[in-house]
Amino acid sequence: MASDVRAGLNFLARSFAQAPLRAVPRSEPAGLPIRLRGVAKGFGSRGVLNNVDLTIDPGQFIAIVGRSGSGKSTLLRLLAGLEVPDGGQVHLGGLSPREAAGSLRVMFQDGRLLPWRRVIDNVALGLSIAEQPRAVAALRDVGLEERAREWPRVLSGGQRQRVALARALASSPRLILLDEPLGALDALTRLEMQGLIESVWRQSGFTAVLVTHDVAEAALLADRILLIENGGISMDLAVDLPRPRRAGAALAEIESLVLERLLKKVD
Amino acid sequence: MRLVRRWSVAGLLTWLVPVIAVLIWEALSASGLVPARKLPSPHSVVLAFWEMLKSGELLQDVFVSTLRAATGFLIGGVLGFVFGLTAGISRLAERLFDGTLQMLRMVPHLALIPLVIVWFGIGESAKVFLVACGVFFPIYYNTYHGIRGIDSGLLEMARVQGLGPAALFREVIFPGALPSILVGVRYSLGIMWLTLIVAETIAGNSGIGYMTMNAREFMQTDVVVLGILLYAALGKLIDSAARWVEKGTLAWHPTFGQA
Repeated sequence: MASDVRAGLNFLARSFAQAPLRAVPRSEPAGLPIRLRGVAKGFGSRGVLNNVDLTIDPGQFIAIVGRSGSGKSTLLRLLAGLEVPDGGQVHLGGLSPREAAGSLRVMFQDGRLLPWRRVIDNVALGLSIAEQPRAVAALRDVGLEERAREWPRVLSGGQRQRVALARALASSPRLILLDEPLGALDALTRLEMQGLIESVWRQSGFTAVLVTHDVAEAALLADRILLIENGGISMDLAVDLPRPRRAGAALAEIESLVLERLLKKVD
Repeated sequence: MRLVRRWSVAGLLTWLVPVIAVLIWEALSASGLVPARKLPSPHSVVLAFWEMLKSGELLQDVFVSTLRAATGFLIGGVLGFVFGLTAGISRLAERLFDGTLQMLRMVPHLALIPLVIVWFGIGESAKVFLVACGVFFPIYYNTYHGIRGIDSGLLEMARVQGLGPAALFREVIFPGALPSILVGVRYSLGIMWLTLIVAETIAGNSGIGYMTMNAREFMQTDVVVLGILLYAALGKLIDSAARWVEKGTLAWHPTFGQA
């Protein structure tokens, strides 16, 4: 745990030192643009999403917030091609999610590491033999290269999520979908992971869609916060603050704006 | 380090009860309280072992029995694995034959002996067939359930990572089902011996079972006891081998693989 924290802090220090230069991503293809037109999805008789329209620019960091059961995870699963919409269209750079599957990756809340594969082999899952060095690089990017030969079960929760992040990064995807990836982590580890996710995003330039129930997290990371309510997007808030962001009045204002809106619907 | 440990006091204690039991047995035999015609003394069993080892008879019988066991196990095991895999992966296949197999599983395979003798006579194929029948079901059942028990979240993740069918089998399905499959293997190894003993004892002209039945006709109780001990030793040997395989392949597993 202690080494976990240290690695995380080192990483934060490094990413702060690297300064905000997200303009030119390494050399990988830029992020994938997303376009939803009239998307509807229901389960049984229960409509979860109705007629959702949404356009996301390539390379944007989007946070989706909403109450439990509001359909935010369903939206993410539609983007991932894990669910098929009942109506409407999902376009990822002009392709359907199935067709774009090779250029998108998902990071799940529960990590979903294969317990029977060592850390490095988990990261390399789905890579061809020629692409194996990318797994090493991805593991280095999340600060876990010394744990490459360990079994996932000996890692802490935070380390497991780093491995899951490395696995998502290894194929240099143009879109990463994050399904409450930090929901199960303690507060300190969550802060480190937020710094890590932001810094890899800034380095690589992929489009990021983060589903979270933590409004502070959304404000800290997102270019744009979407609030999902009653089967649609009820709030679309651009967050135009310099990165890396630190807690302060500007962030607090955005947080309270979103929270107020969330709480208003209670009665 | 571990070798030294094994010979510690605690390790020796394990052998205390069997050693005392053999000593008492020997004493009872020597005193004539237990007649040699009913139960031979331990040392005469050892002597019989030595005699038969020298003549080559013993190795011949052990070899024949092992070959039968292995052949039957291989046939039944491969079939069980293939059917279990198919039913585990495909809902259609499951619907097609799982119900039938679950019914057949309830038939004690040893009850087939009269029928098997009619079909195959008392030759090799009869014994191999019986062993294969006995081995098939535990392996089928455990493979099937092992696959069905795989976390669906992992399958979904594998899909997102873009794994094709071959990689999915190699990386997720097979290793995920392996703990359960190996439970089936160990269980069916027990059944394999049991079936072989019964089959060889009832009909045959070679093998350990035949050796003991033949000895009974001549009242050579030492050879009978030797045969029984041989089955036990071989069974234990194979179980240890299976455990060793389990430890090697399930090193990742919190309960199986404490290395």
